[in-house]
Amino acid sequence: MVSSFKSREAILGAAILALVLAIAVRFPAFVAPSNLANVFNDTAPLIILALGQMVVILTRCIDLSVAANLALTGMVVAMLNTLMPNLPVTTILLIAVALGALMGLINGLLVWKLKIPPIVVTLGTMTIYRGMIFLISDGQWINAHEMSDAFKGFPRASVLGLPMLSWIAIFVVVFFVILIGRTSLGRAFFAVGGNPHAAVYTGINVGQTQCAAFVLSGALAGLTGYLWVARYAVAYVDIAGGFELEVVAACVIGGISIAGGIGSVGGAVLGALFLGIVKNALPVINISPFWQLAISGSAIIIAVAFNATSNRPKGRVILKKAEHAL
Amino acid sequence: MKLFKSLLAATAVTAICMAGPAQAETKRIALVVKALGIGFFEAAAKGAEEAAKELGDVEIIYTGPTDTTAEGQIEVINALIAQKVDAIAISANDQDALVPALKKAMQRGITVVSWDSGVAPEGRQLHLNPSSNPLIGNMIIKLAADHLPDGGDVAVLSASATATNQNIWIEEMNKVKGDYPGINVVATVYGDDLADKSYREAQGLMQTYPDLKAIIAPTSVGIVAAAQAVSDAEKAGQVNVTGLGLPSEMAGHIETGASKSFAIWNPIDLGYSATVLAYNLATGKAEAKPGAEIPMGRMGVLTLNETNEGAMADPFVYDSSNIDDFKDIF
Repeated sequence: MVSSFKSREAILGAAILALVLAIAVRFPAFVAPSNLANVFNDTAPLIILALGQMVVILTRCIDLSVAANLALTGMVVAMLNTLMPNLPVTTILLIAVALGALMGLINGLLVWKLKIPPIVVTLGTMTIYRGMIFLISDGQWINAHEMSDAFKGFPRASVLGLPMLSWIAIFVVVFFVILIGRTSLGRAFFAVGGNPHAAVYTGINVGQTQCAAFVLSGALAGLTGYLWVARYAVAYVDIAGGFELEVVAACVIGGISIAGGIGSVGGAVLGALFLGIVKNALPVINISPFWQLAISGSAIIIAVAFNATSNRPKGRVILKKAEHAL
Repeated sequence: MKLFKSLLAATAVTAICMAGPAQAETKRIALVVKALGIGFFEAAAKGAEEAAKELGDVEIIYTGPTDTTAEGQIEVINALIAQKVDAIAISANDQDALVPALKKAMQRGITVVSWDSGVAPEGRQLHLNPSSNPLIGNMIIKLAADHLPDGGDVAVLSASATATNQNIWIEEMNKVKGDYPGINVVATVYGDDLADKSYREAQGLMQTYPDLKAIIAPTSVGIVAAAQAVSDAEKAGQVNVTGLGLPSEMAGHIETGASKSFAIWNPIDLGYSATVLAYNLATGKAEAKPGAEIPMGRMGVLTLNETNEGAMADPFVYDSSNIDDFKDIF
């Protein structure tokens, strides 16, 4: 199992390398370290959201409300900032994460307690959250000159040569490596997705684990909401429109199985980076916008085809010791 | 909501009926907007009041529904017919749905003109476009050229590749780009009216064309995102972002210098012109027919085409000298 993940990541890593080299042939400046750092910074929101989406997908659910959650949180903190320009950024961050987590909790509870299919729940909440943005903002934009400098400056602030936005993404990646690799909750995500019935017998509460995944995904969406609005210095109803599909695409390209139970932090990060590089490189090397869409789409289909052919083991051992004991 | 609207309409009718007989000679012109409480239309009402003061014998009735629906506007129109106003100048929420109500108004001898957002030809006597496609196309490249006396590379950041108005403006721009020697349009990219995609495309333009001097974005989302990308790349002053945008949204970027100037129609002028046109038709000073030239006060003359439409003027240019006056208006 472990070796198949490793090879999967290796292949994706090689594909990214090949892509970067191919771009470098046409546009050498693309591989300058400062530009690669830029691309990473640009992909940071996608990485953060893809990791949240990963745990949701691991538990056989899907969260389509991430982009709407991001947009609503972004609008709320932007409005808060215009009303109270002196509110410190740490408070704003806490509010954004808490608000995002709350919206994730709503998804989670509906899935857990009412047993509604996750795709239906999040499709519904996605629409509700988007509608709420319009209601609270009255359709008005919050513009660059209405936001305080501290609010806009935080994701851009450079620490050790990298902007805060990149550092936050790195921090989230480290957090997930620990969560997935070292905690019982991390293992529970895999167990619930791999075989929910067996998970019940090992004492895992399936619904609760799924709910936890939604809360995590929501909290990260909230965090990204602030970062997004501050970075682009504008908040409006349609912000990050359709971004949820890009997040799911990053997960799929990264080898996270839509059927649940299979995936890795490295895969999600590489999947997001792959999409990020494609999106950043294509405008630079003068490829028509229609080809850009076709290329991104082909990448997703190739990844899915690859998923389908890489033989999924029929039965997987989650708790080796327990099985041997039997 | 419905009850509230009816009450509002009824109150308006009563108020007007009571006021009416006292000034029988006054022409009453109703400025009907898409919805009340929108900065753009409040500004247009200001222009209408300016026109009324200038004309002397005009009373403005500024009205509209509380939300942007055709039904709401139909109720308002019916109330205005009942009040026997002299003219209705309307910015329509739906170009076809209002036709029956407006036809009824015209049958009762009320002058009907549409402005900003038009009504189908059979529902009005003339339509006042804020500007025309050729004027807009010329303006967006002129804005870039004005700050490039020695010429240079410019690129276009559009909304989506399928947006009709964007494509027409860019086409019109390309027709006249020969008039601006030295200005070299190097690329057209698409930001799909998404802040993140537009931002990335703007970044891509600056990388691909290191000598880029201006980005022309005839889209309100694109222009803001491109301006942000330019200030983040610390190229404010080197790369000028221009195009079509709203003063409230662009004020911050004018301040940082990422954008030197941009354009959009001036709603005050629009309200003013619509009022003067309605007055001239209602008093019989002019007649709306294809080819007619109808005076509109300080804004000059409106020339009608075969469908009785005309364009007011060039889009209005906003820069550091006037942005503060407009940023709170719309």
